[in-house]
Amino acid sequence: MSDNSWQTPQAVAIPKSSDGLEKGRYGPIWPKTPANYGFTVIAKVIEGREEAIRNYGKTIEEAVKGSPDVLAPLKLHFLRWVLFDVGSGLHFMYQGIFDTDFDKYVEDAIALFNSTGITTVFVNLEGWPEDWKTNVPAVTKFFHEHQRPSFLEYGEYPFVSADEVKKALRLKAAFSEMLDQMQ
Amino acid sequence: MLELEDIQHYLLTRPHATIAEYHFMTFSDAASGRRWINDLLHTIGNAKTVMAASDTDMRWVSMAFTANGLRKLGISETELATFSEPFLQGMAARAGMLGDTGANHPDNWEDNITSDNLHAVVILFAKDREEKDRCLKAHEAYLVNNPGVKILSTLHIEAIPPYDYVHEHFGYRDRITTPVIEGMGVEPTPGSHPPSKAGEFILGYADDTGETVPLPQPSALTRNGSYLAYRKMQEHVGAFRDYLRANGETEEEQELVAAKMMGRWRKSGAPLVLCPHKDDPELAGDNQRNNNFDYEKMDPHGYACPIGAHIRRMNVRDNSVTRIMNRRLIIRRGGTYGPYLPDDAPEDGANRGIAVFAGCADLSRQFEFLISVWANDTTFEELNERDPFAGVQDGSLDFAIPKKPIKKKLKNIPAFTTVRGGAYFFLPGISGLRYLAGLT
Repeated sequence: MSDNSWQTPQAVAIPKSSDGLEKGRYGPIWPKTPANYGFTVIAKVIEGREEAIRNYGKTIEEAVKGSPDVLAPLKLHFLRWVLFDVGSGLHFMYQGIFDTDFDKYVEDAIALFNSTGITTVFVNLEGWPEDWKTNVPAVTKFFHEHQRPSFLEYGEYPFVSADEVKKALRLKAAFSEMLDQMQ
Repeated sequence: MLELEDIQHYLLTRPHATIAEYHFMTFSDAASGRRWINDLLHTIGNAKTVMAASDTDMRWVSMAFTANGLRKLGISETELATFSEPFLQGMAARAGMLGDTGANHPDNWEDNITSDNLHAVVILFAKDREEKDRCLKAHEAYLVNNPGVKILSTLHIEAIPPYDYVHEHFGYRDRITTPVIEGMGVEPTPGSHPPSKAGEFILGYADDTGETVPLPQPSALTRNGSYLAYRKMQEHVGAFRDYLRANGETEEEQELVAAKMMGRWRKSGAPLVLCPHKDDPELAGDNQRNNNFDYEKMDPHGYACPIGAHIRRMNVRDNSVTRIMNRRLIIRRGGTYGPYLPDDAPEDGANRGIAVFAGCADLSRQFEFLISVWANDTTFEELNERDPFAGVQDGSLDFAIPKKPIKKKLKNIPAFTTVRGGAYFFLPGISGLRYLAGLT
């Protein structure tokens, strides 16, 4: 951040239509909001696959514990995975808050999904392309078709990246250390 | 096992050429186009032959086609639909995403390169001018007998002085790094990427994921083929030299500014990470050392090589930025066009620059990613910059040089380059060319 705009909370209402949005390599790029880039994919779970998906929560926990920077290229702030059924069958929601647009690094994301087993969750969802291993455009199409863009996003400290947060905390820690050393 | 005798030599080896001629071609009808391919087929070198070639064997012609060219030659719409989307759309249609705006917009591109009638490019290499003239005459003779095939435009490529090192018009040494393909019998130099699987560049082979992407159809045309992204970039040498002079009082300071923007010293190509304060030609000449560095451990803050330097953006080397660095590589071929501007000469307004082909198996994952994200994404590593050479510049962005206690900024980077042309081509294998020539 080159200015102090992070000090003023911001909310943005997002239009429904993607017309007029900047085009990325695989389709429209939803703009960055005060809550950064978002990604909310909702898809129906194939009958009988709930446990397979639920168990992968533990796999991701272990993967990050074993290698804390395993998801670093995604430039994530937060991930939320939710399973829910509102009467039309079990659905899976993958919600991520990122600092880069998903489209830009989609191949890295898919490679990470493969290497960490996240893909194993997706193969349990209806509509996931059978040739996902070799067909990035088809995978990206799945994400675009199942992406549910927000219509409101809010940031208490708008547009601040995870790197900036970490930099600020490192600086704070360094100052504390400096003050300790001066005692 | 790579079928070297069926792969055009273009991406796999470099002939001993100092001159090339690009002919951008158009066919009035399918039969003329097929006959032209057939006439030239015997001149097209395969990788196996050219790798073993002597000075007397100079079958150094290469030939590639646009989507419109394949259509004109008789490839059906159903078959064309199995090719990649960027290839079908063409580069000009993807200009907005690539960042080709303003002066770089396709409306300003040269050489009839955006014409719907651009069907093919033929690249004629020669070791000297005499040989080039002979090749051009031979090509003209074929065209005289085949009035349905015409040259839309040509571009002359030739090395520029001083001839003691390979460089472009700004004076930066070129061809320091190139991807190595597994099975070619070449070991990567220390610090370089491990060998890539052939499928990263050539269709029909397993790629770095271990998977083999299904071939576009018909496979008789596409097996052992590659996609090529053509890019013609004018270099504003006067503006570049003025900028160096404005930002460095002495020659040494100006060289350091030039090195910081590139990430390597200009003439030697020695990497800043290994020699940040002074050029080291001896290190640069030692291919066991000149590429043996990383950023993550050796220069994490960019005190030696700025985070936004050209080589650090286009070849990031770091796992924290990408997990699939090996999957973003391209094989770059090409050279300089236009007249040499001597060091002490003022800008003369001549059109000079580089005209290159980037070879890959996936135009979007490889070429388009490099241009749209690593060259042009202002959020790259939170810099609010673009690549000083490969990115679009209009004087509104700066270039940060990390320095203790506080960073230095090169202010208002002007456009040192302007995109003057671009197109996507398909480079078939030798049997693919035979297939096209034999279509009825």
